[in-house]
Amino acid sequence: MSVDAPTVRKIARLARLRLDEGEVEPLAGELTHIMGWIEQLGEVDVTGVEPMTAVMPIALRWREDAVTDGEQADKVLANAPDARHGFFAVPKVIE
Amino acid sequence: MRDLTGLTIAQLQTGLRAREFSAREVAGEYGAAVEAARGLNAYLVETPELALAAADAADAALASGTAGPLAGVPLGIKDLFAVEGVPTTAGSRILEGFRPPYESTVTARLRADGAGVLGKLNMDEFAMGSSNETSAYGPVLSPWRSRGSNEALTPGGSSGGSAAAVAANIAAGATGTDTGGSIRQPAAFVGIVGVKPTYGRCSRWGVVAFASSLDQAGPMARDVRDAAILLQSMAGFDPKDSTSLDAPMPDLEAALTGDLRGLRIGIPKEYRVDAMPPAIDALWTRGAEMARDAGAQVVEVSLPHTKYALPAYYIIAPAEASSNLARYDGVRFGQRVQPFGGTLADMYEATRAAGFGREVKRRIMIGTYVLSAGYYDAYYLQAQKVRALIARDFERAWEQCDLLLTPTAPSAAFALGDKSADPIAMYLNDVFTVPSSLAGLPAISVPGGVDQAGLPLGLQVIGRPLDEAGVLNAGFALERAAGFGAKADRWW
Repeated sequence: MSVDAPTVRKIARLARLRLDEGEVEPLAGELTHIMGWIEQLGEVDVTGVEPMTAVMPIALRWREDAVTDGEQADKVLANAPDARHGFFAVPKVIE
Repeated sequence: MRDLTGLTIAQLQTGLRAREFSAREVAGEYGAAVEAARGLNAYLVETPELALAAADAADAALASGTAGPLAGVPLGIKDLFAVEGVPTTAGSRILEGFRPPYESTVTARLRADGAGVLGKLNMDEFAMGSSNETSAYGPVLSPWRSRGSNEALTPGGSSGGSAAAVAANIAAGATGTDTGGSIRQPAAFVGIVGVKPTYGRCSRWGVVAFASSLDQAGPMARDVRDAAILLQSMAGFDPKDSTSLDAPMPDLEAALTGDLRGLRIGIPKEYRVDAMPPAIDALWTRGAEMARDAGAQVVEVSLPHTKYALPAYYIIAPAEASSNLARYDGVRFGQRVQPFGGTLADMYEATRAAGFGREVKRRIMIGTYVLSAGYYDAYYLQAQKVRALIARDFERAWEQCDLLLTPTAPSAAFALGDKSADPIAMYLNDVFTVPSSLAGLPAISVPGGVDQAGLPLGLQVIGRPLDEAGVLNAGFALERAAGFGAKADRWW
């Protein structure tokens, strides 16, 4: 499995990571190396095996549909790089 | 004068209750020791004021007879745990300046039992690494050096700061987290004890997430008894973590008898990997003898899918990480980079490019790749199925044995820079710890001896789900038989 430069650019875009053009080729090489090593998983016979999503057999719990938390807008916003008028502020999204 | 930082937690408990010294004296000595050991780069943030405040409360509680089990015990906290009001970075630039307005359940439990917080401990960025070299704040130096050498060695990772702090007596004990070996491998590298509990024993609430189906907090301590004392406090059901186990924890300290009679200890033959250093092989053989001497029956068992554990892990963990780390977008907390005139998407991309280090970006890329359309079935789904087979291997092994004995890591501590050029060489360091992580099993690393260069080597005991008591007791038997007791010569 070879991960080429266009694939790296596409994945970086999906992951919202800006890459400098100089980073693309080295990363393609690294990912090819790592994915090549991971390829060996393909040789395992998994016929009839259910994928494992949780290691301990627990069921998700139910709780009362009651308010347990809230009214902490100041605390929630305290770590924001830019907060104004009780909101997170971001660059303009709509023209 | 007695060196209070040289005492175990159990010895501190006894001395404090007998009024041989006060909690304030203990906290004061630790504060000075932390400051004097800055050359190790183990602490990212020092909080002597929190340790002293807890000590004063502990002294008052000791006087009035209301002291909790950890009253007057100063601990180091891995920088992955939120401690209210104290900077929490997870070793990353992207969380620079973040001060959690809440407390992780694990640290809340420790502090409610009387423990003090000495500070936040350095770690690999977002716990992704095995040498502490991916930290944005520089690597931690191991207090250990090879005999006759001044070369800087890794304390292991990702809980490298925790390991170095406990080994160098600048914390009485520490919290760690283990996703694929991040408690056990560093414990082995610095000659201390580390426990990864059963998945779900310690709440993940308030712990920065790496790979949520694998992440598990645990103690790092000078000896097995201290690890038992800390784990007893850290573990417990928490409704705020949906995967928290609602299961009673037995009295762990009381389980430390060192008697292994009637137990069968399995030696998994697939762990005898190529190019295993002779010192590790000899340690493993010696460990089996020690288990036998303690009354156990040693049997060979097979875990046939062992060789697929690492590649499966390097699909599952990055996949979960790529999803978990999507939250670092420069909007709600941490760093923001806003290119002039750029859009919201430009801000996301620039923030993440500037905030994440190389290894984190690499894993986000792998995770995004294996989850992307067209590759999901071939990689992610396949890895989850292999994970099921690895768990099944262990279930079958439990028909023939009660505990498993393996080396913790395939080598002693290596030099900084030794493995940073090849990611796979670094990943291979977790070859013995990753399978039990994938299966969610409890495991301990205890120091078993030293190699020819005088560096510590660890033995790992793995147990059935929820059998922390059995794992700790076997570790206790090995610890007693090995009589390790070595400390790094102080150079820092």
